[in-house]
Amino acid sequence: MSFKHKHLLGIAPLSAEEIMLILETADSFKEVSGREIKKVPALRGKTVVNLFFEPSTRTRTSFELAAKRLSADVINFSPSNSSVVKGETLLDTARNIEAMQADLIVLRHPAAGAAETLARGVKSSVINAGDGWHEHPTQALLDLYTLREKKRDFKGLRVAIVGDVAHSRVARSNILALTKVGADVRVVGPRTMMPYGVERLGVHLYDKLDEGLRGVDVIMMLRLQLERQGRALFPTIREYSRLYGLTAERLKLAEPGALVMHPGPINRGVEIAPDVADSFSSVILDQVTNGVAVRMGILYLLSGVNA
Amino acid sequence: MTILIKGGKVIDPGRVNGPADVLIENGKIAAVGPKLKAPANAKIIDATNKVVTPGFIDLHVHFREPGFEYKETIQSGTAAAVAGGFTSVCCMPNTSPVNDNQSITEFILEKARAAGNANVFPVGAITKGSEGKELAEIGDLQRAGCIAISDDGLPVMNSLVMRRAMEYAIAFDVPVVDHCEDLHLSEGGCMNEGLVSTQLGLPGMPAAAEDVMVARNLALAELTGARLHLAHLSTAGSVRMVRDAKTRGIKVTAEACPHHFMLTEEAVCGYNTHSKMNPPLRTGADVQAIKDGLRDGTIDVIATDHAPHATQEKQQEFAAAPNGIVGLETAWPLTLTLVEEGVLTLEAAVAKLTTEPARAFSLKKGTLAPGADADVAITDLQEGWEVDPARFRSKSRNTPFAGWKVKGRVTTTIVGGRVVYETA
Repeated sequence: MSFKHKHLLGIAPLSAEEIMLILETADSFKEVSGREIKKVPALRGKTVVNLFFEPSTRTRTSFELAAKRLSADVINFSPSNSSVVKGETLLDTARNIEAMQADLIVLRHPAAGAAETLARGVKSSVINAGDGWHEHPTQALLDLYTLREKKRDFKGLRVAIVGDVAHSRVARSNILALTKVGADVRVVGPRTMMPYGVERLGVHLYDKLDEGLRGVDVIMMLRLQLERQGRALFPTIREYSRLYGLTAERLKLAEPGALVMHPGPINRGVEIAPDVADSFSSVILDQVTNGVAVRMGILYLLSGVNA
Repeated sequence: MTILIKGGKVIDPGRVNGPADVLIENGKIAAVGPKLKAPANAKIIDATNKVVTPGFIDLHVHFREPGFEYKETIQSGTAAAVAGGFTSVCCMPNTSPVNDNQSITEFILEKARAAGNANVFPVGAITKGSEGKELAEIGDLQRAGCIAISDDGLPVMNSLVMRRAMEYAIAFDVPVVDHCEDLHLSEGGCMNEGLVSTQLGLPGMPAAAEDVMVARNLALAELTGARLHLAHLSTAGSVRMVRDAKTRGIKVTAEACPHHFMLTEEAVCGYNTHSKMNPPLRTGADVQAIKDGLRDGTIDVIATDHAPHATQEKQQEFAAAPNGIVGLETAWPLTLTLVEEGVLTLEAAVAKLTTEPARAFSLKKGTLAPGADADVAITDLQEGWEVDPARFRSKSRNTPFAGWKVKGRVTTTIVGGRVVYETA
């Protein structure tokens, strides 16, 4: 099958088959990153613009590396946050970039829906690299890629997503992706961190971490946004850590060989104990490596060179 | 000027519902009855196959002048009003500066006179600067021409201030109008909190943010005996509480906007900023409750919350775009869909736009009784048309109804015996 989407705005518009196609495409590019000369000419002459309205090191670097390994020209553009507050700049900025004949725009933006708004306003392909609390599709795809490497089959795979689901685009994209490919998804956290009607997304809701971890194959820990303390979502980091922090002891409640994932950056000792983060159960660094391959696959599929 | 409207069906809620002619002399309704004879100098308007109603009254518009003339002026706003059949509009005080004193009220009335379209009734602020702290000079505002008080858009969060406003307003017999929203509960929200906000990753405003303030306001109205008018109800909970309050004799009236009975939160999908308003579009169950409330009279009035915004403002990311839509030029055909659906009779629909708003704000308007001001709307109920924002008289184009095929078009609008709008 071929990939029919012009943009990657989220996981929501993708079918399970399309998700698998992206993962398979990434396979062929993962091999490239292992070579002595880590470069293929697939996107030669194409221009990729990383348009980041929010600070990001890992995602931006990962996209930059992915584009460069495909031989694309890459520009990083990070408008200051103060201009974002005034609004309006998104479309104006995008039109300027378009005038430079960008083929692909990778957008990170604090407002949900920004990628969709941008896609409506420009002719380039748009890749959503995170929009507000909405979606972060490439993160979910690289998580699935990593799971597929380690666990093979998604069907019936029991996955617990732990933490602030309400304010997490990573959680939203992963819930959508995992349920589409047939995994059995749980969300674990206090109700203050669960979005309205989360169970209607096809997941099971657990208030207590111990119950939520029992028998799972995969644990995805979400980063606790420390600045949310004092916003009545949780009383103290201390109590949050006691109730929802992943420790070696708690990890034993999961299936033997369960994987521990985290989208990074980690708050060591808050949502995840240092020894767990560094243990062999942890695939956190595999996630980073696979991120480049998955993003290469996505850039390749959207660049239209296979059309 | 003398006008004879001939051959139409007159609907003057509670008074006339059938074929009749309407004679207008010296700006007043002179007679309503069958086969009236045209005086020698009369302009004849043929209303065959049309309905003739009192001109509509909108209790809730934002005309943006002074301060935001790029969105709307009193001139353009009243032009939009009469194109939609509205002959009287009540403009909310959230201008810049806020209409919290006599000078602003006089300025608005002067602009309205110069525009010469619809009658404009200013709503004064409850508190100085609508800051929710100190009472505005409500007596002065009323003397200058304000017919109600409200801090619309900025609810009075302090319940003691609201209590004092209600008590103080009793001396002037002006209704206290509240936009019911607990600003703590709704903080940061930009759409209804529900499944759609979860899917879109947008911060939500729960229905409870409206409900708790409706409950508070009803309790304070009961305590003080003041006249309370609740703006743009959007939740099933609000409707239920107002229904209960009315059976217990609390002096409360309520309004609903066409978008809250036409659209649900689903309209936000795709981050459509033309579906962003406050109160936000709610669920199907809420829409049904609003319709039930309109049917059984819990909701007295249909108002537009006409809220013009410039195109570039609505082109921003969803969270950054301002709330609100224009409504004056689409309200009547949208209201007529309720007649089509059997929610309201045609006469009840007309009443929600004429006699009921007049009663809620004690306006001597909204009737074709002999001697009344000759404010009249004539509608071709059968004429279908497509909503094309480019043709709006309003300065702004922000409507979620663009491209909708609707039925029922105002063909003539008369204000004070003058034809102020006519289709070609």
